[in-house]
Amino acid sequence: MKILVCVSKTPDTTSKIAFTDGNSKFDENGVQWIINPYDEWYSLVRAIELKEKDPATTVHLVTVGGADAEPIIRKALALGGDEAIRVNADGSDSYFIASQIAAIAKDGYDLVFTGKETIDYNGSSIGAMVAELLDVPYISLATKFELNGTTATVTREIEGGEEVAELALPAVVSCQKGVAEQRIPNMRGIMAARTKPLKVVEPAATDTLTSIVSFELPPAKAGVKLVSPDNVGELVRLLHEEAKAI
Amino acid sequence: MSVLIFVDHSEGHIKKASFEALTYGAKIAEQTGTTAEALVLGTVSDDLAALGKYGVKKVHQVNNESLNHLDAQVYAKVIAEAATASGATVVVISHTQTGKAIAGRVAVRLKAGLVAGACALPDTSNGFVVKKTVFSGKAFANVSISSPVKVISLNPNSYTTIAGEGTAEVSQLSIAVDAPKVKVTAVNKVSGEIPLTEAEIVVSGGRGLKGPENWGILLDLAKELGAATACSRPVGDAHWRPHHEHVGQTGVQVAPNLYIAIGISGAIQHLAGVNRSKIIVVINKDPEAPFFKAADYGIVGDAFEVVPKLTEEIKKMKAK
Ligand SMILES: Cc1cc2nc3c(=O)[nH]c(=O)nc-3n(C[C@H](O)[C@H](O)[C@H](O)COP(=O)(O)OP(=O)(O)OC[C@H]3O[C@@H](n4cnc5c(N)ncnc54)[C@H](O)[C@@H]3O)c2cc1C
Repeated sequence: MKILVCVSKTPDTTSKIAFTDGNSKFDENGVQWIINPYDEWYSLVRAIELKEKDPATTVHLVTVGGADAEPIIRKALALGGDEAIRVNADGSDSYFIASQIAAIAKDGYDLVFTGKETIDYNGSSIGAMVAELLDVPYISLATKFELNGTTATVTREIEGGEEVAELALPAVVSCQKGVAEQRIPNMRGIMAARTKPLKVVEPAATDTLTSIVSFELPPAKAGVKLVSPDNVGELVRLLHEEAKAI
Repeated sequence: MSVLIFVDHSEGHIKKASFEALTYGAKIAEQTGTTAEALVLGTVSDDLAALGKYGVKKVHQVNNESLNHLDAQVYAKVIAEAATASGATVVVISHTQTGKAIAGRVAVRLKAGLVAGACALPDTSNGFVVKKTVFSGKAFANVSISSPVKVISLNPNSYTTIAGEGTAEVSQLSIAVDAPKVKVTAVNKVSGEIPLTEAEIVVSGGRGLKGPENWGILLDLAKELGAATACSRPVGDAHWRPHHEHVGQTGVQVAPNLYIAIGISGAIQHLAGVNRSKIIVVINKDPEAPFFKAADYGIVGDAFEVVPKLTEEIKKMKAK
């Protein structure tokens, strides 16, 4: 079994979101980078668990990013996984990124895991695109993933509930809460990660179909109107008459 | 040329997010001088001609029962073929669970640039630029699509449905439907519950409620308001509430008309997922809770006293 886990570098969740160059670029000043939580907590850990059950399984990590993504990849390798591949390219276009991942995934992988979405671009689209480029099934928003030989049983979130599906690999699956529990890397893992192979490959020729023109911040709130806890009726009146929200 | 809107349904009924997508797509058609057409896969009991009210001229249906279950691979092929057949230059899909499974696939098949999670109409004055939420709601990006065909997935609750007059012409499309490769063996739906991302009002509770046994006051309020319920991450992690209710940067992102936060401190990761709500009400006993800075209305007080009173006052108002 060969598993490919997509990992992405995202700003820490407490980062101040600001922009530079006439609001065209994310201001990286003082930003701490982390592994996208959905990739780290769920898809990577589940892949490692599958390897722990079946030692013949190999787990490879892939990221599309510049050299500045390497500390994140080492951190991911400290959790587990055999080796990592970095496609040396930057970009925000999901078609471009998915094409790079698909080019790697074509190399005999049975299963490709992605996180539910990245917490910076929130596209939730890379997994679907990779699956289409590979022409294999895609299960989005998985909350449980079991493997029996090459048959996967996956529980996924649907509107208003959950659905259990069965499919034969190869497949692409996007993972969220429920698939696994977050792990903390230990010293042995951190040491081992230093010498694990990290291959750098140049991007495959493909098109970029979208580009970010500018960013904006949401308008600031005008300020809170406080109502006394002894006059809750006033809140109801305001919500009804002023805000027209109820 | 057309704008093709993918219409999703559940148990025979068209979903709320799809009415928003229809209104949005019809507006794009108007803006770009093309016609809006809808696509329905599978069997529905709602009257499809009535979709004309939202501005679509035609409704194409692929009335094949095997499409009543979502298989992203099968769906994407059918949607892409229908888009090509109707000469669509823009395809609109809702950014819902279903939409997330198919939008990327449809975009690849059409070699179309995708903006996933759009929250406003495209600006077509100079190219084709779509605004979307980024950083889990902490900011917006304006994204330009350069390909001839464009796919947009629209965030639920970010475009207001407008129903007018009109009937659409309904026709059956004959498109070969592949056998699904994914076999659905069980579906567990909580029926009657309002999906969180579609709810107009969300009542949400945090660690301030102390334990799952205290959720009754919150559920009463939600019931009185016809609201969906949500929670902060520690509440989901502690299994006080089901994890699909967890909102925030690493949970569900919501944008209801009204978000009522009870006993939630307002950590940056929580705010990220809820700050697109139109009106935010905060009930917290700590006047220094950061949530008050992001709120429109607030009560500094004990939730166990304030919330039951609030439910009573709403009852009174409704009785008037
Ligand atoms: C990587 C990362 C991702 C995260 N993602 C998320 C996320 O997606 N969503 C999320 O919610 N959190 C997230 N968090 C956690 C977040 O930082 C906060 O810890 C969490 O939101 C706090 O939850 P809370 O407000 O319920 O609890 P607390 O912070 O403990 O706040 C409880 C509040 O209740 C008030 N209170 C207590 N008693 C009463 C009473 N009787 N009446 C009224 N008020 C009362 C208190 O004054 C306090 O403000 C994330 C954290 C990290 C590190």
